Amino acid sequence: MYVYDEFDRTFLAERVAEFRDQVTRRLDGALNEDEFKPLRLMNGVYLQLHAYMLRVAIPYGTLSAHQLRRMAHVARVYDRGYGHFTTRQNIQFNWIKLDNLPDAMAELAEVGVHGIQTSGNCIRNVTTDQWAGAVPGEFDDPRIWAEILRQYSTLHPEFTYLPRKFKIAITAAGHDRAAIKVHDVGLRLHRNDVGELGFEVLVGGGLGRTPFVGKSIRPFLPARELLSYIEAIMRVYNQYGRRDNIYKARIKILVHEIGAEAFAEAVEAEWEAIRDGALHLSDEMIADIRSRFVYPAYEALEDEPAEFVAAMGDPRFATWFANSVHAHKVPGYSIVTISLKPVGAPPGDATADQMDTIADLADAYAFGEIRVGHEQNLCLPSVARRDLPELWRRLDAAGLATPNVNLVNDIIACPGLDYCALANARAIPVAQEIAKRFADLDKARGIGRLHINISGCINACGHHHVGHIGILGVEKNGQEFYQITLGGRADEQAQLGTLLGPAVSYDQVPGLVEDVVATYMELRATPQELFVDTVARLGVEPFKERVYAAH
Amino acid sequence: MAAPQQQKLKVNGPVTVTANRLTDGVVVWRTAAGGWSTDIAEAAIVTTAPEAIALLESASTPHNEAVGAYVAPVVLSGNGAIGPGNLRERIRVAGPTFALPGAEPHAS
Repeated sequence: MYVYDEFDRTFLAERVAEFRDQVTRRLDGALNEDEFKPLRLMNGVYLQLHAYMLRVAIPYGTLSAHQLRRMAHVARVYDRGYGHFTTRQNIQFNWIKLDNLPDAMAELAEVGVHGIQTSGNCIRNVTTDQWAGAVPGEFDDPRIWAEILRQYSTLHPEFTYLPRKFKIAITAAGHDRAAIKVHDVGLRLHRNDVGELGFEVLVGGGLGRTPFVGKSIRPFLPARELLSYIEAIMRVYNQYGRRDNIYKARIKILVHEIGAEAFAEAVEAEWEAIRDGALHLSDEMIADIRSRFVYPAYEALEDEPAEFVAAMGDPRFATWFANSVHAHKVPGYSIVTISLKPVGAPPGDATADQMDTIADLADAYAFGEIRVGHEQNLCLPSVARRDLPELWRRLDAAGLATPNVNLVNDIIACPGLDYCALANARAIPVAQEIAKRFADLDKARGIGRLHINISGCINACGHHHVGHIGILGVEKNGQEFYQITLGGRADEQAQLGTLLGPAVSYDQVPGLVEDVVATYMELRATPQELFVDTVARLGVEPFKERVYAAH
Repeated sequence: MAAPQQQKLKVNGPVTVTANRLTDGVVVWRTAAGGWSTDIAEAAIVTTAPEAIALLESASTPHNEAVGAYVAPVVLSGNGAIGPGNLRERIRVAGPTFALPGAEPHAS
């Protein structure tokens, strides 16, 4: 966990006081909506279909039990008893009244969380691997570098009014859980041939109306040059990014239009001018940030203690373990993923009671630490294996032990037309219905790893382009229709899905997905071949022929 | 607050003007008396583009009650009852189309 200092706490308290004054002036008419809207957006406050929505950042996806408990409190006192974890390591409260917002923000600020950098045309909340610092084989803890970027980018005066929002993600492991190739800037932390730490830098990735996979513009950037190089990228984007058309303002359009090579040349030229200036990170500065991350006091434990071995005799525990538990870098410990996708529930939602339960379990078994992943699930990053049976029993009692992580039921979905002012079609009920069709989790395990992503509009908050099965809701003549893509993926082999065929109606989607999955089960080369690999091997045509013959 | 893109709007049936209440975001409709109501049954209904634009302009004066006014379709049943005219408006009237997981807030 990162330890905030007095500067951070004072800054947040002052920011809440400022927003409280802005809300007062809006309510008494001193500010009109045109004046107030950019101020509320800078604090993560949107006006959605039914109410104000507060989006709160969870920097690099790391939360303390104390912070999660406070989020439960805010959900219970100011909202309708639940929160929604998003695909960007944020939590959203959907029903807060405007005049309650300063109080809710004040309570969140007391525990060091806020909505700054969750909205507006700034550098957004920097995201990373939810297993950071715990997973074996990392080159470094990416959160160190995400925190350096957070401190650099928060209220950065030069980059507060960018052409559009700007998203940075970092991965430091061989397997990319941060989807860096579909971010404005993706950073892959690794070591070069002589063991120096640095980043491969990718730019111009992104989803939405015009999706692109990011292009690598520098295979190795020494780690201490991170800020100067990012500043060079931001300056090139800030200067040349389009501001005349909101749909063409993201950096991906600039990179596409001038080419990655020309963009890289412009960045390198800018970088040469500033690289040895104030943004050069000294060893002392890096060490200072690193020292503020406090790691658990791990014990020397057995990997197969008696409690664990005995519990593996229970098929339900063994199934949950196989599905939800991953190896840890420290012997005797595990990484536990908590599914927020019980079959038929809104993906990513957690009630206040569930948040309190998870906070209690984190305190009891996981050094008080919780992580949020872009898949809309939570993790306990460090659990002693001897404690896994008891943890599982308590999760199960709270309805939080559904063993469907990475399976067909573990669906990523944006809020869609049920909440969102931008959406054209619903996403959550589609996810619920598909999940019900695969409610038999034994069958789901037989299908294997399969990511379904659903977006309710072209803005792609549900990351449909990179779903193994992607579903995009569109509106035609007042009706909801859904375009289906196959073969997308968000990992180190990121690619955009291929359109399967004509859009289908709301009612047809679950059956079509069933047919796609059934076709995969018939066509896969071996029971071990993943859905996405079958699609890569065969293309979408065999699926198209089967599916559209049936619909 | 008026939606500029609606200045050239086409009206092919009954419409009203709707917005969100400033204080809490609750959905409201413009009434014939020039106020706002949380009950769609009290919405002012017009059927031509000039009338709709006039209603929108009346709703966009600097009163401090509602945010983001726009023209929305409605349906009128045989007995004159007013209902939302498309799925988006039905969701705005009735709320999300699935059961919410939480409870009502404690704060006022």
